[in-house]
Amino acid sequence: MKRMLYSPDYLVTRDPEKCIQCEVCVRQCAFNAHTYDAEKHRVDTDCSKCVGCFRCVYMCPTGALSVSEFSGRMANSANWTDKQLKELYKQAETGGVLLTGMGTDKKYKIIWDHILLDAAQVTNPSIDPLREPMELRTYLGGKPLSIEVKENKRKVSLPGADISGRFSITTELPQQLELKTPILFSAMSYGAISFNASKALASAAEECGIYYNTGEGGLHKDLYRYSKNTIVQVASGRFGVDTEYLNSCAAVEIKIGQGAKPGIGGHLPGEKVTDEISMARMIPKGTDALSPAPHHDIYSIEDLSQLIYAIKEATEYKKPVSVKIAAVHNVAAIASGIVRAGADIVAIDGIRGGTGAAPTRTRDNVGIPIELAISAVDTRMREEGIRNRASIIAAGGFRNSADVVKAIALGADAVYIGTAALISMGCHLCQKCYTGKCNWGIATQDPYLVKRLNSEIACRRLVNLILAWSLEIKEIMGGMGINSIESLRGNRLRLRGFDLHENELKILGIKPAGESL
Amino acid sequence: MKRIYFNEKYCMACRLCEIACLVAHSKSKKIIKAYKEEYPFLKPRLIIEEKGHVSFAIQCRHCKDAPCVTACVSGAMHRHKSGEIIHNEKKCVGCWMCVMVCPFGVIIRDLKGKKVVAKCDLCSDLGQPACVDACPNAALVYGEDKDNEK
Amino acid sequence: MGCSIAGVIDGNGSLFSGDEIIRSIQKMFLRANGLGGGFAGYGIYPENKNDFCFHVIYKDDKSKDITDAILKLDFDVVKSEPIPTKSIKEIINRPILWRYFLQVSDSAKRQFYDLTEEEIVMRVVMKINSGSYGSFIISSGKNMGIFKGVGYASEIGRFFRLEEYSGYCWIAHDRFPTNTPGWWAGAHPFGLLNFSLVHNGEISSYGINKRYLEEFGYQLPLRTDSEAILYLFDLLLRKHSLPLEIAYKILCPPLWHDIDIMPAPAREFYKKLRVVYSGALINGPSAIIVADGKRMCGFTDRIKLRPLIHAACGSKHYLASEECAIREICPVPDELSFVKSGELTVCGIKGKIK
Repeated sequence: MKRMLYSPDYLVTRDPEKCIQCEVCVRQCAFNAHTYDAEKHRVDTDCSKCVGCFRCVYMCPTGALSVSEFSGRMANSANWTDKQLKELYKQAETGGVLLTGMGTDKKYKIIWDHILLDAAQVTNPSIDPLREPMELRTYLGGKPLSIEVKENKRKVSLPGADISGRFSITTELPQQLELKTPILFSAMSYGAISFNASKALASAAEECGIYYNTGEGGLHKDLYRYSKNTIVQVASGRFGVDTEYLNSCAAVEIKIGQGAKPGIGGHLPGEKVTDEISMARMIPKGTDALSPAPHHDIYSIEDLSQLIYAIKEATEYKKPVSVKIAAVHNVAAIASGIVRAGADIVAIDGIRGGTGAAPTRTRDNVGIPIELAISAVDTRMREEGIRNRASIIAAGGFRNSADVVKAIALGADAVYIGTAALISMGCHLCQKCYTGKCNWGIATQDPYLVKRLNSEIACRRLVNLILAWSLEIKEIMGGMGINSIESLRGNRLRLRGFDLHENELKILGIKPAGESL
Repeated sequence: MKRIYFNEKYCMACRLCEIACLVAHSKSKKIIKAYKEEYPFLKPRLIIEEKGHVSFAIQCRHCKDAPCVTACVSGAMHRHKSGEIIHNEKKCVGCWMCVMVCPFGVIIRDLKGKKVVAKCDLCSDLGQPACVDACPNAALVYGEDKDNEK
Repeated sequence: MGCSIAGVIDGNGSLFSGDEIIRSIQKMFLRANGLGGGFAGYGIYPENKNDFCFHVIYKDDKSKDITDAILKLDFDVVKSEPIPTKSIKEIINRPILWRYFLQVSDSAKRQFYDLTEEEIVMRVVMKINSGSYGSFIISSGKNMGIFKGVGYASEIGRFFRLEEYSGYCWIAHDRFPTNTPGWWAGAHPFGLLNFSLVHNGEISSYGINKRYLEEFGYQLPLRTDSEAILYLFDLLLRKHSLPLEIAYKILCPPLWHDIDIMPAPAREFYKKLRVVYSGALINGPSAIIVADGKRMCGFTDRIKLRPLIHAACGSKHYLASEECAIREICPVPDELSFVKSGELTVCGIKGKIK
């Protein structure tokens, strides 16, 4: 056997008292960490193959297995960590770019955890969302700055029509996306994730009254029935894009970049391009699906504008067009340009955004945190008086409903959740999506593995997650004495920074904790 | 009556149903004890069919026109008034005719020593079949008979 | 805030003394704590009714000098004088209180040829109030004035000798501040041009209302939610030329579950209001009286977390936080009712202003 220079990442411990040699672990590990020795009637484990996905731990009927971090450190150095050494050994062996999956695991400061929320006391009653209405409904899309009204000549007297019978609004409202709760499932392509996972997201979006995003994977024919809750993506590879695709959705999103890999394209290896994926992506079976780093017809902002209007023409101005960018240093100015180029929605993906596959160095080092990006973009758009012209969707590592509340208070209209949605379906964040061997049946096309995700169970779990978060958002809003999400949106006065640097507070536009109105 | 249905779309051949069945019909009903002490004489009352990536678990279908009941010489295999096929161990003489005629091959020889057969009893003593409970992916479902509306 | 508010208007436009509103607001002294009180009176300056009247609070002489210079850039000063007061032992640390009657100068009209006179006035008010000059223009309308300060409203009223003024519409406020300190410019009413507003409540949505207004060039130096509501009215009524009823429905729209069961045209109507003007929705407890010289309106927040009562007697209309304040000055009204949530009570002037 070839000797590796580095120690395993994980230590798998098997309690011989409990192991019944049922081989469930053997059958469940796609990385072949467990093997059955028929002669000895014994199950063996090769820790070096373990990726720490915890599938065997979850499946073992007797609880005989445990997985822990491998504790033996190679070098006792704060600078040269084991992770660092392993990466060097791997590169020395392969001469290749390091690949990884999911969002960055680097220990960056999480600003969400340094933002504190407000609550009403005495002078302003808090509201109990279980007894009183609490409105989360959100509309995404371009909105006019003001409306014009004219008095009706003949007064219409319909029941319930008060002043709406006396006046009519002559201003037209562009098409909006209506969300029951300000959360969407972010772009995950069929190809990066399995069909069952895509279907679970689509059906959960339908049930929750929200939207899921196809990513750049095209639209599988069985998912057309969810088109009312679908945002279809047009990315640099233009996979699966045709008129039918553009019209089988609620909105179209042009993907310029994503938080996990700003400035980098995508690559779905040919072996993953199965019959079904080749149909959805409209490419020959077995060929590599390559998404170039830039759109080769967008080399500047005016090109983007042309694509936005080409899509609007193709969809007869009935679908809002979103543009998704990674949060990079100049994100505010770029977002402003995008709005002026005609986008109805700007989606911003922060540095902690996830991915199916990205170069480790890019994932861990490029971009800025979404907290700062939301603030910068919202502030800039308000300064320029164009905030009404487009909605902001924030993405990139939203972990819980408090993060969502804080994002909305900073100025986002809604948030995309990707990683959180995958985790609710079973993902254990082993970051091996790019291998295509997801033991949880999510990020894989292997027919043996995709069956592991029952789309109905996954859908139920996603619906529960959205429901739970919505209830929590209502609780927090009620505590603040706010009964409608629009009064939270951009309401930075209800946030305080704790343990944040003065510059961070300035960019976030919030006051330090302890400072009053 | 309620039956066990399988959904091959979600069966991943993990065989947890098999383990659960086996434990449910063991003496101790305790998984580790059953495996360590009764093992050679334990046999699950369901079989898992596997071909390529398609797999499913199957157990007594409680056929409407059950050949095992017709074939039984002693009346051990009989139909309960609620519809399911019941096997009465005490009456069984161990002639294996039911094993021979079962079109699904889901009647087995009980290895516990007695020369009798055993088959899925829908875990009548547990309320819900153990295999259904154990399936992590809802590939086995215990539900009302869809085409048996009398 | 647990403040009290009151307002009286004579629908015939007949003038009456400020003494009436002082007695009305005084009755509700339990709702206040002496950290702010104030009044707005309409029809009080008939001799200068075509001039913009600025009431200004100055920290010191220096701030007055700077402000005088700024005012002279855009205005011809018709009259400049101290606001008449009488010393009262409860009122301490009074700032310099000055009033001006102004006309927009011809040179300013030429320079800002595309702006209305009102917009020129608004620009100056914003400039002075948000600059750190130590001066605050608390009132800037025509034939009206705002009188306010730190103290109980009744004391402030006597301090400003309001019983000597006659107006056809008066609104008043007695303060129990909880979110900003009690200071002279922070007392109610808040005014911009002819508009004045008193507010009992605390707006949970202030943060976004403020940022929304800033998009349209408003500056909110007073750090109070009531100021934001005033400017929202100004934005909707003056800048967006919307009728008062619609402006009100923008600030306090119906709940979605009510909108959803409306007939289609009404549903579409309210959806547009809420979607386009989401930043203008005011959330949180409030009872509000606004006046603009032509009418006085009262309303509460959409789930009615603050009280407001309306009464009418002859040509006079009354609004107040409590019934006792109305009974004090009108013992037997013709009608008396609670203002319902979601309803705007409008008391207008029918006749010509006398």
